[in-house]
Amino acid sequence: MWKFIFKRVFALIPVIIGVTLIVFFIMSLSPGDPAKMILGDEASPEAVQLLRQEMGLDDPLLIQYSRYMYNAIQGDMGLSYKSKKPVTEEIWARFPNTIKLTLTAMTLAVIISLPLGIIAAVRQNSFFDGFSMLLALFGVSMPPFWFGLLLILFFSLKLGWFPSSGSESLKSIVLPSVALGFLHMASIARTTRSSMLEVIRQDYIRTARSKGLSYSSVIRKHALKNALIPTITVVGLQVGVLLGGAVIVETVFAWPGVGRLMVQSIMGRDIPMVMGCIILFATGFTIVNLIVDLLYGFIDPRIRSMYT
Amino acid sequence: MEISQSKQDVIQKTKQYKKRSQILEVWRRLKRNKAALIGLAIVILLFLMVIFADVLYDYKGVVIKQNIPNRLQHPSLAHPFGTDELGRDMLARIIHGGRMSLSISLVSVAFSLLIGGSLGAITGYFGGRIDMVIMRIMDIFLAIPPTLLAITIVAALGPSTINLVIALAVSSVPTFSRIVRGSVLMVRDVEFIEAAKAIGATNRTIIIEHILPNSFAPVLVQTTLSVAVMILTTAGLSFLGLGVQVPTPEWGFMLSSGRTYIRDHSYLTLFPGLAIMATILSLNLLGDGLRDALDPRLK
Amino acid sequence: MSEHTTTAPIPTLEIKNLVVEYRTEDGIVHAVNGLDLRIEKGKTLGLVGETGAGKTTTGLAILRLVAQPPGVIVDGSIHLNGENLLMKSEKEMEKIRGKQVSMIFQDPMTSLNPVTRVEDQIAEVIELHEHLSWNESLAKARDMLELVGIPGERGVDYPHQFSGGMKQRVVIAIALACSPQLLISDEPTTALDVTIQAQVLQLMKNLREKYQMSMLMITHDLGIVVEICDLVSIMYAGRVVEHGSLEDIFNNTRHPYTEGLFNSLPNLEDRKAKLKPIKGLMPDPSNLPPGCAFCPRCDYAMEICHTDKPGKVYRTEDHFVECHLYSEQNIGEKVIGK
Repeated sequence: MWKFIFKRVFALIPVIIGVTLIVFFIMSLSPGDPAKMILGDEASPEAVQLLRQEMGLDDPLLIQYSRYMYNAIQGDMGLSYKSKKPVTEEIWARFPNTIKLTLTAMTLAVIISLPLGIIAAVRQNSFFDGFSMLLALFGVSMPPFWFGLLLILFFSLKLGWFPSSGSESLKSIVLPSVALGFLHMASIARTTRSSMLEVIRQDYIRTARSKGLSYSSVIRKHALKNALIPTITVVGLQVGVLLGGAVIVETVFAWPGVGRLMVQSIMGRDIPMVMGCIILFATGFTIVNLIVDLLYGFIDPRIRSMYT
Repeated sequence: MEISQSKQDVIQKTKQYKKRSQILEVWRRLKRNKAALIGLAIVILLFLMVIFADVLYDYKGVVIKQNIPNRLQHPSLAHPFGTDELGRDMLARIIHGGRMSLSISLVSVAFSLLIGGSLGAITGYFGGRIDMVIMRIMDIFLAIPPTLLAITIVAALGPSTINLVIALAVSSVPTFSRIVRGSVLMVRDVEFIEAAKAIGATNRTIIIEHILPNSFAPVLVQTTLSVAVMILTTAGLSFLGLGVQVPTPEWGFMLSSGRTYIRDHSYLTLFPGLAIMATILSLNLLGDGLRDALDPRLK
Repeated sequence: MSEHTTTAPIPTLEIKNLVVEYRTEDGIVHAVNGLDLRIEKGKTLGLVGETGAGKTTTGLAILRLVAQPPGVIVDGSIHLNGENLLMKSEKEMEKIRGKQVSMIFQDPMTSLNPVTRVEDQIAEVIELHEHLSWNESLAKARDMLELVGIPGERGVDYPHQFSGGMKQRVVIAIALACSPQLLISDEPTTALDVTIQAQVLQLMKNLREKYQMSMLMITHDLGIVVEICDLVSIMYAGRVVEHGSLEDIFNNTRHPYTEGLFNSLPNLEDRKAKLKPIKGLMPDPSNLPPGCAFCPRCDYAMEICHTDKPGKVYRTEDHFVECHLYSEQNIGEKVIGK
């Protein structure tokens, strides 16, 4: 098992290098001279040229990238153009908020969607099945920002139950996490249902039934674990969607997280800050996928033995 | 060996017949799926609305022309969806906004499909080192959440409609290449490909005549679902101010300008959102229906 | 005519007039159409027929595991030791499955749960029916593994670490763990290599002796029937068309379909003899012909075969055939020729 974990963690390194390289490359396409951005429009060409050399902006891209990563690993991602403070400092200040939001949203989604999907599959074509799948269909079709606005309209402006923005009270996380979790919930419920339907038609389910196990214990002891395998994949992939959604939902609810910081920085053309945020998101997503991979190995012995 | 002309005719006819009967069969199954038919109907309606947008409302005269005295009117007979903060008719803007959203998504999907599909076909068919290298790169792209990748590209290139299309197209290339590669791998070693090789068909003819038709089904489903995702992403990015710019009407952008007035003029956020949801819902219904119809095993 | 059923002791399994249908969107599939079966204690009955004849459905019906929907047991009775299983509640059936009746399925590759250790899969049935603690059940599960020829310590492995033949042994261990009175084997060797087939068959034979089980051997392989069965029922389109002892069926073949099955076997003595496959295909079970179901493929079909269903005609007390060729006068004579 340890060997398996070690191999998966090791395989992460090239992916992170690749991801950061792509982000670095894309961001380098951005027009405008960073040196000019820092010094302002009135700066003399000489001063700009001097700063360019100092920053190594005339070096080949790969060198610039290596330098950036070398510093980044040591916690230095440069200074924000706007606030002149270190990028890492600003990101770390907001990171816990984003984690709080996404974790709450995901937990909410998983807790509701798993039973929903399972019951829908076990009672295929029942009223419950139809109802929950209709709900899920609306869930995957609902833009999270619009859903967020609707939540604000009803629960904040009309009913006054929850605040519409900020993160001061415990109540303020409710609306953003519901807005973010709903989409997530819908797609997990749909996948759980379809993988459960697939699993309960398998021969080994029939074998388990022929042993004299009741239908509910067959579902619990045999179907569930097998059906969770594709569900976990989707949960992992959904984290990507969730992070993308977090950027938008944070903006809607003025939630002081990394996503909102990123959008503000894009507007302000604060390249080091944007880069820092994106790299954080992308590595975060890769690490979540690693965890998903490990969970796989934990559940499915066939995958585990591929690595040992 | 010479195959007589009549025999070849028969072969050709059987092939055509088989193809046609397959499509008929899929259509027969799709017809039984009420949800998918509703989806299809809404999608067709949307397309008609968008195609005839100019006939319904004049772009210059109505859609982008400010009419301040007329601003923030609640829905009425004259303006069924009300008017926005600059006095423009919301229904007109939603119809024209749909044209924007749909064309951005369709163009992006087309590019993605073309690039991703050919990458997938080439790598899947030839395998070996090309496959290894390209697929590793795709894997890395897949390791970046698509919305985030799109945001990154727009952030770098600057917000504009064209950059948005580029961002959307690039961010779904990996998905399409994977799907096409998967179906190519599935048929590559099947007997009839071997047979085609044995009678001396070139790689090109094999890919175009035999392999691509076989990946039609999964690609069709993915395309439908991708258009939905892209409409959502387009709206999301425009909502953040990273997509379509003023004064072009676009659903996400309309939502974000409407939210300032959400307390007293909630229709400004209600209708564009409904438009997005109806579109995505119908595309999802259609996509799901197509998938079930093409692969009845899953039902 | 029917006194032989009343005087006999209570059979382990007796199925009368079983009718099972699958009701799908495309129509009703008549899988089993009035099937009669009878297995005395300790005997093995071979249920022989082509794919799609309704053999597996029959096996599943005994356990009441026909997938529902679309499957429906429409009519008939299934008596296990005199008790009608079709009248049992689901709870009562759960006590019977795995304990009194077990089933071995065709494909060992897919019959085991891929994410559960094999010893757990065996112990589960023991814990359930023998009311032992989990550890005792595990110990017994390992004994069962040894019994089917797998070292007990391999119980901690997962199914994918076993070969096909080994997996089928595990399936057999699960089926026999609670010493059932009746074992239903659905083509237990079809998915296996020929050499492994022989081993598994031998194992099943030995265990049958050991446990004094009755057995329903579902197969399409007449070679297996000779090996292991006492009685044979030939099944066609959901009905038993000929039934008798091994001797009756092999040496006094009456039904043209049974004859066809024998003719489609290669003849070792006369290697020049041509195989004579049965022409045509099984009729579509959702659209069965009005008369004898075999009539469209039968070389001896008469006018009546197209319109009327044949009744049972007995040659001896046990051997019967459902065929218009045999009225009661000429049942002693073979009409069909080699």
